[in-house]
Parts: sequence; C-alpha cells; structure tokens
Amino acid sequence: MKRRVLTEPKPVRVALILVSLAFLAVSLVLPLALVFVEAFSKGAAAYAAAIREPMALSALRLTLLTAAIAVPANLVFGLAASWAIAKFDFWGKNALITLIDLPFAVSPVISGMIFILLFGRLGTFGPFLQGHDIKIVFAIPGIVLATVFVTFPFVARELIPVMQASGSEEEEAARVLGASGWQLFWRVTLPNVKWGLLYGVILCNARAMGEFGAVSVVSGHIRGKTNTLPLHVEILYNEYQFQAAFAAASLLAFLALVTLLAKSFIEWQTGRRASAGSVENEA
Amino acid sequence: MNSNRKAFLAVALAVGLARSAYAADATLLNVSYDPTRELYSEYNAAFARYWQGKTGKTVEIQQSHGGSGKQARAVIDGLEADVLTLALAYDVDEVGKSGLFAADWQKKLPNNSAPYTSTIVFLVRKGNPKGIKDWNDLVKPGTSVVTPNPKTSGGARWNYLAAWGYALRQPGGNEQKARAFVTALFKNVPVLDSGARGSTNTFVQRGIGDVLLAWENEAYLSVNELGPDKVEIVTPSVSILAEPPVAVVDKVVDKKGTRAVAQAYLEYLYSPEGQEIAARHYYRPRLAAVAQKYAGRFGKAPLFTIDEVFGGWAKAQKAHFDDGGVFDQIYQPSK
Amino acid sequence: MSSVVLKRHSVLPGFGLTVGYTLLYLSLIVLLPLSTLAFKSSSLGFDAFWTTVSSARVVASYKLTFGASLAAATINAFFGLIVAWVLARYTFPGRRLVDAIVDLPFALPTAVAGIALTTLYSENGWLGAPLARMGVKVAFTPLGITLALTFIGLPFVVRTLQPVIDELDPELEEAAASLGASRAQTLFRVVLPALLPAWLTGFALAFARCLGEYGSVVFIAGNMPMRTEITPLLIITKLEQYDYPGATAIAVVMLVASFVLLLGINLLQSWSGRRLAA
Repeated sequence: MKRRVLTEPKPVRVALILVSLAFLAVSLVLPLALVFVEAFSKGAAAYAAAIREPMALSALRLTLLTAAIAVPANLVFGLAASWAIAKFDFWGKNALITLIDLPFAVSPVISGMIFILLFGRLGTFGPFLQGHDIKIVFAIPGIVLATVFVTFPFVARELIPVMQASGSEEEEAARVLGASGWQLFWRVTLPNVKWGLLYGVILCNARAMGEFGAVSVVSGHIRGKTNTLPLHVEILYNEYQFQAAFAAASLLAFLALVTLLAKSFIEWQTGRRASAGSVENEA
Repeated sequence: MNSNRKAFLAVALAVGLARSAYAADATLLNVSYDPTRELYSEYNAAFARYWQGKTGKTVEIQQSHGGSGKQARAVIDGLEADVLTLALAYDVDEVGKSGLFAADWQKKLPNNSAPYTSTIVFLVRKGNPKGIKDWNDLVKPGTSVVTPNPKTSGGARWNYLAAWGYALRQPGGNEQKARAFVTALFKNVPVLDSGARGSTNTFVQRGIGDVLLAWENEAYLSVNELGPDKVEIVTPSVSILAEPPVAVVDKVVDKKGTRAVAQAYLEYLYSPEGQEIAARHYYRPRLAAVAQKYAGRFGKAPLFTIDEVFGGWAKAQKAHFDDGGVFDQIYQPSK
Repeated sequence: MSSVVLKRHSVLPGFGLTVGYTLLYLSLIVLLPLSTLAFKSSSLGFDAFWTTVSSARVVASYKLTFGASLAAATINAFFGLIVAWVLARYTFPGRRLVDAIVDLPFALPTAVAGIALTTLYSENGWLGAPLARMGVKVAFTPLGITLALTFIGLPFVVRTLQPVIDELDPELEEAAASLGASRAQTLFRVVLPALLPAWLTGFALAFARCLGEYGSVVFIAGNMPMRTEITPLLIITKLEQYDYPGATAIAVVMLVASFVLLLGINLLQSWSGRRLAA
C-alpha cells in the first residue's frame, strides 16, 4: 500500500481512531465477551458438559444439516443470477435485483409465517400434503425452506458486483476462440470471482446457522428433533440454565468468529490479488 | 454439480442416521406449555417404565414447550401432537375447532380433563420489603408488578382473571370496580414479556419489579432454582383455580396408530405415581391421598373457578382478551 | 432468442438458462410464498384490512419500529462513517482485527445477541448498572430497542462506505489542497459529497434491516402495548390469537415498506454508478 501524503492532523487521527474503537468495543466486543464470560462462569467442566449434552449435539447436527442444504442451493442460484445480471442487459433488471434483495428486508417473522400459510395443515397445499403424508412445516424440510428463504440474497448479492467489475471481455475473447459455455465458466469466470463467491458463501452460511425468528415459527420446538442451535439457546435460557444457554451461544459465537477470520483471510488474499491485478492493468 | 450431489448424499445419510437413532416401538409427541418442562421430563420416564412393564413395549416421548397459544397454533397448523397438555382450556378448544378432535374433549377424562391444578401466587423479594400481602397492595402507586402479556401467555390470562375475580368479590365489588382495579394494576406493570418464563427471568435475573404474578408451581420452582435467598412466595387471600387441561389429538393418533398409548399416557397422570410426580413439581394433585400427603406444600386460601366468575373460557376470552376487549382498552390512549 | 425478455445482443451463452433458473428459483422460494400474504390478507376485505393496520396499537408499533430503526440507522451512519474512514485510511496496531470484528452482527445469531444485550443493559448488568445509577434506563425501553438495532445495523454503513473510500481518487483531494482548501474544507466539500450515495445506501440498508428485526429485540424490548411493542411482535401476537388475516395484513404493510426502501436503494446505487462512470 502506498503511503498517502494527504491526511488529517495527528490529534484528529488519534481522536477518530479512539472514537471508532470505543464505539466498537461497547457495541460489539462487550456483548461478545459477555457470552464467553457467562459460558465459563461455572468452570470448564460445566461448559464441556453443556456442550456435550445430547440435546445440544442434536441441535448442532440439525443446524449444520440445514446450512449444508441451504448454502449449496443458494450458491447455485447466486451463480445463475449473477451471470444473467452481470453479463447481459435486459428489461426489468433493476426490478429483478430488488426482488432478489427482498428476503433480506423481510422480517424473519414474516419469512416463517409464509411457509405456514403455504404448507401448514390449513394452508394452501395443506390438504394435498396431508393426503400424501408429506411433512414440511414443523419438520426438517420447513426449517430448511425458511433458512433458504432468509439466506436467499447473500451469494447473489456478493457476486453481482464482482462479476460486473470483472467485465465480459475475457469471456468474449474465450468464446471467439471457441470455448464452450461450461469451459468458459469453469476456466475464465469462476477463477475471476472465486473470492467474492467464497465471501458470499461464508456470509450465507453464517446467517443460515444463526437464523432464529423464521426458524422459530416453523420449527415446532420438538426437543432433539426440530430444535436448531439458536432455538436450543432460547430453550435453555427459559429453563433457567443460563450457563448452559450461554455455553451453547458461545458455540455459535465461536462459529461466527471462525467465519469472520476466514472472511478476513479471504479479503487479505483478494486484496493481494486485486493490487497485483491493478498493477497489470495499469502497465 | 458433482460436489452438489455429494452434499445431497451426505445430507440424506445424515437424516438417515438421525432417524435410526430412535428405535422405540412407539413415539408420542407431547405438545405442552412453558412451565411443565421439569414435570414432564420426570413423568415421561415414569410412564415409559410403566408402559414397558404393562405391555412389554417401549415408548419414546418427545416434548415441545412454548407459550400455550403458540403451541396450540403450531398444532392447528400441522405440528403432529399425539397429546396436548396446555395452560388453559381455551387453547385446547381452538385446536379442537380446527377439526382435530371433537368439542366434548373435556368430558373424556376425569375432572374436566385437568389431572392437576394450580393457582396464581405472588413472588416478592426476600423479606418482602414492600410489605405485599394481597391483591390490593399491587395497585398502590410505586409498586412495580411483573406479569407476562395476557395476549400471548396463558399464565398471564390466569393472572389477569385472578385479579379481576378478587376485585369482583370485594365488598361492593362490581364490573366497573373490577375494571378500574385491573387497569390500575396494569398501570404498575413495567414489562410485559411474551411468556411466563420470560417474566420470571425479568423479575429474578434482571431484578425488575417488586412482585411477580406467577403460577404457584412456577413460583416454587424459581425459588428452588434461582435461590431461596433472593425471593419468597406470598399467597393472596383469594385466587383462581387454574385447571391446565390435557387432551388426546384424535386425528393424529388415529393416523399414527398411537391411540392406546396416548390414552394411557394421559390416564396415567391420574394414577398415584402420576399424581405424586405432579405434586413433587408443585402442581396440586386431584387424588385425595396424594393431596393429603403434600398438603403442607400448598396455600389454604379459597380459590374460585373460571366457570363461577366468568362463565367459562370462551366468554372470558371474548370479553377480555380478544382484539378490542377489556385488556386492549386498558392500553388505549385515554382520550 | 425466443426469450420474452428483451435483451441486448451478446456473444456469451447461457442467458436463457441462467435467467430462466433465476426466475424459477426466485418464484418458488420468494415470490410464491410472499404472494400468499397478499392472498390471505385479501380475505379481510379493504375496510377490515384498513381497520387492522390503522388501529391505535398497531400505529404505535409502527412509530416505535420506524423511530427506533431510524435512530439506530442514524447512529450507525455517524459512527459508521468514522469507523469506515479510520479503517480505510489510517494504519494502527490491530486494524485487521477491528476490521474483522465489524462483521460480527452479520455472523452472530440474533437470539444470542438479544440475550447478551439484555444481560448487558439490564439494571444489574455490566453497563446497565452504572447507567441506572445515573438515572438512565436502557433495557425494556425504546432506548434499549434502539441499542439492539444499532448492533444489528452496524456493519451496513461501514461495509458500503469502505470500498468507496478505498477507490476515492487521491488526486481529487490533492487538487483541492493545491487550490488552497484546508483539510476540513477538502473533507466536507470534496470527500463527503463523493461518499454521499454510498453513505445513504448504507443508511437505508441498515434501516431496512432494522425494520424487520425480531430475535435480538424481543428480549430487550419489554413488549408494552403502545410503548415498547415492535411491529414484528404484533404479528406474532396476532398469529398466536389465531388471527391469520390480521397478522398477514400487518405483514403486508411491513413488506411494502421494505420493498419501497430496497427499490430506493437500488435506484440510488444505479444513480451513483452512473455518477462514478461519468
């Protein structure tokens, strides 16, 4: 990174840095620290016991399973959508982007409710599902659907700007040289956007594992069966098992931290590549 | 796409593994309300032993807990509960109305299908610094009362009706005075959590409020769980007889073929062992012998029933808790 | 192309496939489920719909939800600008770590955030206790709701501003300085206007996210009708009273508000995209 000549006077810089750090410390670090302090408030043994409890494990399993379905589904969608949006101009593109963003601004409560309205016993498809003995809501498919809905925009949203920025020239050149569509995608496009893609996947995954509101509406809260880890936290909290609740919460917070570390590693990589790329372009 | 297929295979495998972990002859789902967690985790084990001894078959009982109304809503929408054990008859009625069982469910088991009862008591800070003895102490200015929201919590509806019934039974009591009394009471409420457990946490953990209106069993449980050095129980001069009802969900048990075990599950609640477990968890037993044994646990104050004072749940719900009812009017701007 | 969608000619393949799949998946996962809201609430009829969504208690919840979201987004806009500037322009020990932690609210489950914030700000909490001694109540007041929403919305302003600050052409600032502008003048007259579209976008994103937030707020809100009851909670309340049309009616209002906000954001972005390109 090249040294900037123009900047603010040192006292201003220091003051701004301190304000930033203070703001982030109070609003982000304190809540996070509290989770871990409470989780270990009864010692490491109690912590380990809370984590290894069968209900906690089954909740963790369900959470991972949900993410394992929701993330690939939205990954494929994100690739298709960003290809269509970044590489082509068509009528109604802005409206399409807005619609893709929509789940992101819909209240989680509403996200859960719509699947009840569709697949609940008294819902639109209720009689059909009852007749064929297919369970969607209050079972794993409902939890997965609600999670897919709330994490719907993440990959697409990260990919669209990256694909737009990388332009279509390379693909067009490859096309002229006779590359097939898939070759072009695997050999040219994917390497160009892979870091953006990974970032999107990581954010999508984080949200998929942490979703509470929407999943709470469709879960049915059957212990050991349809409780995800965030729901398990709430249940423990309601059972006066505060330390265990925070222990389970710390597991989620830990997953969040790993996610953030992976993300910042990716950004570091992208930053290196981007600066290398820009040098090439300028030359 | 190959990796995608692998992911799906892995998922299918994981689901398969999760399934095979449960291998009981029958599985029941008991959909219940918040405060019964501890009660049913003990009772389920006892019933499974009893059932295996009697029939040689194993049964696994799954539990789901939450606010009573929320749980009823989930069952209406398709949560396949074999049995309901909810906080109040109104919620069970609503499930029945949606076509899952007949309207006469309350006649299917003894005692209005309520195997145990409870009432509403006060939880105050250790040493009772505000000197709270009875309902009329709750409306004094400067007294802060914690109760959940009657719109979302079954227990809170019992709280509300108990206060109303008390005011009605005072000398010269009438509907207007009861309404004024309940209005004054809710003026003293700083937080309305959505469920009973939320309110207990607010009162005990967060240190908010001078008095918590709670289920008797919840009050005892929180004294035990959260510290006898922090809170104590006050029994008011009169309160309401809360009858948390149970019911078999006909449509579900017929579909799953679990009617016999579901029926036995609820009936066993009335047995000496079932009643003992209920009493141990501070629910008032119906069986005289067990009631006598645990008589020292429970207050002696007279209790009125919802049928006596309000003419049943349907009427009480409509007048007080439906949208636009008395409870909503309390919170309307005074103009 | 036999496609009904008008598009500019391109040599690249896959338009039909990707647009087709995008529209199909979007319709199945998002549009079809959301359309049931309109369908269900239409069973009310216009008068009943209007009565539901304009009753005093619901209106009070809109005011609270919009007010607290607006306040939280404003706080985030102010501090987010400073944080983004500091992260993009200054070097100091631990900058990478600070940069990573900004995304925490994206990754931390909202229920965990809600429980942690309530514990922190209740009158016996780490921050709540000293604040209570100063006579400031946070938990179970609109202030607490605002703080929870500030937590939720924090990354949006920072993350939309950061790349724009990074790409800001230093020549602009140098030119302003060489023309004799002071540093403050350069910042307020040159830099800030260039950041404005991204700043507004970040603000609007944070605002939109806060409007629907539920998990982190219910714990700290207090849920008092007319005072600390947020709109998503009212939807849940209606659901639990088996009032589906009422719940969906309020949901439709929220949905329209979100859609309008998002459309505004996307227009803003394409406007700023054109400005940057020019």
